[in-house]
Amino acid sequence: MSLIEIKNLTKDYVNEDVVTPVLKGIDFKIEAGEFVAIMGPSGSGKSTLMHILGFLDRPSSGKYLFQGKDTTEFDDQMLAEIRNESIGFVFQAFNLLARTSVLENVKLPLVYSKRENHDAMATKALEGVGLGHRLNFFTNQISGGEKQRVAIARALVNEPKVIFADEPTGNLDSKSGNTVMKILQDLNDQGKTIILVTHEMDTAEHAKRLIRIKDGQIILDEKIKQRKLAKDQGELIK
Amino acid sequence: MIISWIKNIKQVYTAILSRKARSFLTVLGIVIGVAGVIIILSLGAGAQSLVLSQITKLGTNLIGVLPGKSNETGPPAQAFGIQVTTLIQEDVVAMQDKTRFPHITDIAGFVTGPATIIWRNQNIDTNFVGTQAAYPKIQDVEVAEGRFFDEREELGSNVIVLGFDIKQELFGETDAIGEVVKIKNVPLQVVGVMARQGTVAFQNQDDQVFMPLNIGQQQLLGIKYIQFIRGKVDSSDNVDSTIYEVETILRERHHISDPENDDFSVRDLASAVDTLSAITDSLKLFLVVMAGISLVVGGIGIMNIMLVTVAERTREIGLRKAVGATNKQIRNQFLIESGALTLSGGVIGVLIGVVISYLAAIGARLAGFDWDFVVTPLSIILAIGVSILTGVVFGLYPAFKAAKLNPIEALRYE
Ligand SMILES: Nc1ncnc2c1ncn2[C@@H]1O[C@H](COP(=O)(O)OP(=O)(O)O)[C@@H](O)[C@H]1O
Ligand SMILES: [Mg+2]
Repeated sequence: MSLIEIKNLTKDYVNEDVVTPVLKGIDFKIEAGEFVAIMGPSGSGKSTLMHILGFLDRPSSGKYLFQGKDTTEFDDQMLAEIRNESIGFVFQAFNLLARTSVLENVKLPLVYSKRENHDAMATKALEGVGLGHRLNFFTNQISGGEKQRVAIARALVNEPKVIFADEPTGNLDSKSGNTVMKILQDLNDQGKTIILVTHEMDTAEHAKRLIRIKDGQIILDEKIKQRKLAKDQGELIK
Repeated sequence: MIISWIKNIKQVYTAILSRKARSFLTVLGIVIGVAGVIIILSLGAGAQSLVLSQITKLGTNLIGVLPGKSNETGPPAQAFGIQVTTLIQEDVVAMQDKTRFPHITDIAGFVTGPATIIWRNQNIDTNFVGTQAAYPKIQDVEVAEGRFFDEREELGSNVIVLGFDIKQELFGETDAIGEVVKIKNVPLQVVGVMARQGTVAFQNQDDQVFMPLNIGQQQLLGIKYIQFIRGKVDSSDNVDSTIYEVETILRERHHISDPENDDFSVRDLASAVDTLSAITDSLKLFLVVMAGISLVVGGIGIMNIMLVTVAERTREIGLRKAVGATNKQIRNQFLIESGALTLSGGVIGVLIGVVISYLAAIGARLAGFDWDFVVTPLSIILAIGVSILTGVVFGLYPAFKAAKLNPIEALRYE
């Protein structure tokens, strides 16, 4: 049983009777523990695909099996539960809450879960990304690289099966970007499934498998032969 | 469930406190509305208890006859400045007939008016009451020095009884009994001084003087009619039958066959209390309407600000959904936020209202009124309940709007 299996998945956007087909029949399987990069030019439908895979949106047609279960009929409540328990998102724009501490930001997914010990779990997640010393900083008091690490800690705090990262290095300088990629690679080494969306080959090559899409269709799906390893900057790592 | 509500409330207060100034301005309408209602209710209750206690001090077995017809609860014709001259002293005499009115123990006719009272080189502006010997028994008041005039003197002796304050002002500690004062050049000999009574029905009872009805009528006012009659009934059980008898004899004497054409009206204090209750009830209705309007206006303000908040926090809503919030949880978050806003407004309003009512009560006491500070727990609970309800009701639309946001559009929102 695959973690993720999609069959002939399509997505059309309909705006005032104008139908824009964005995904035009996508098939693949992703196994638990994989590190997959979905790469393609801007506007090719990567984010749309990631939102559907992350249950933020629904496909127009096709099948989506998550852990072997067909999710087409799941209601909003069930999707919210899957997002909470099984999925972590990292966005290009960080999406942290303003006027709120780093720790509170990371606790946010726990607010909607049945878990207890929120402070301990959030602290542990932040230590995991090397931010144990920033717990009570407000989000406007830390750098962009740190913000993205807070976002990663938030994605991790509920111990999800899979992490979706949509252009996570897009707003970062190369050094901070490297740190983020290092964290993602380490997480994958510890067994987390990572799905990385990017338009840069350079970033995509940190993954183990590459799915290239163009105009809403897969044009290539292969193992990455010469995988890049992010440099260890000696500051993180549990 | 409970834990998630507590979490919600914690978040909500963080959200409210992070926008203190705006939150405060938003709830100002609610604060003012609630404070206003608390204050007016408190003052209303204070005034009502004051008047009621004074009326019942007079006793509930008093009846009064006023000239001119009026309906059951409305004000008498005199209140509109119309002088009705149909009531005369012979009407009082008719009611003194013990065989026909076995239950009337005491009865007296009245005229009143302003007077300048002169003693030696001093003069004081006051009010006089021309009445009969039964006055102290009817009003249940006592004479401190000397005596009230008697039934023989009431026929036209030049005697006067001074109110407590008048005596003090004119004579100080010296004895007034036997002295002669003048009103409109009419010499009157002081035969008594009333005991101190204080303020009853908003009138200082010690600032007046009493003299025989005929003196007041003929020598001071130059009129033939009397202004009103008051009588005491032996027991409040006999008040209704006595009123009936009084109405019958007055119609006989005034040759009236149809009660529609009555030129008098007979009242007892129970009906005065009814009149008062009718007035306070309509006041309360007015208040409810005012409170309703201020809460609707406040509520629209809340709805407006909540819509702004939802728009501003679109990305936050998207994010919350992405990390697992259900539509219901988002909806509840904004409903609680809106309810908590108006709850804070209600609590602040109640505090302000209570403080102001308390200060007003202190002021009224300093001014000499026997004023109770009344704020009922019910009015507080009601005010706070209604404020929360306003927040929830006017928060519904913004909250549903937030809950329905598509997470992706919310996350992409700039
Ligand atoms: N709500 C929408 N309505 C219509 N078109 C949309 C909507 N969202 C995205 N698109 C279009 O879908 C295409 C794919 O967008 P997206 O998945 O964001 O691409 P990528 O992430 O690869 O840049 C783009 O052409 C975009 O304009
Ligand atoms: Mg994109």
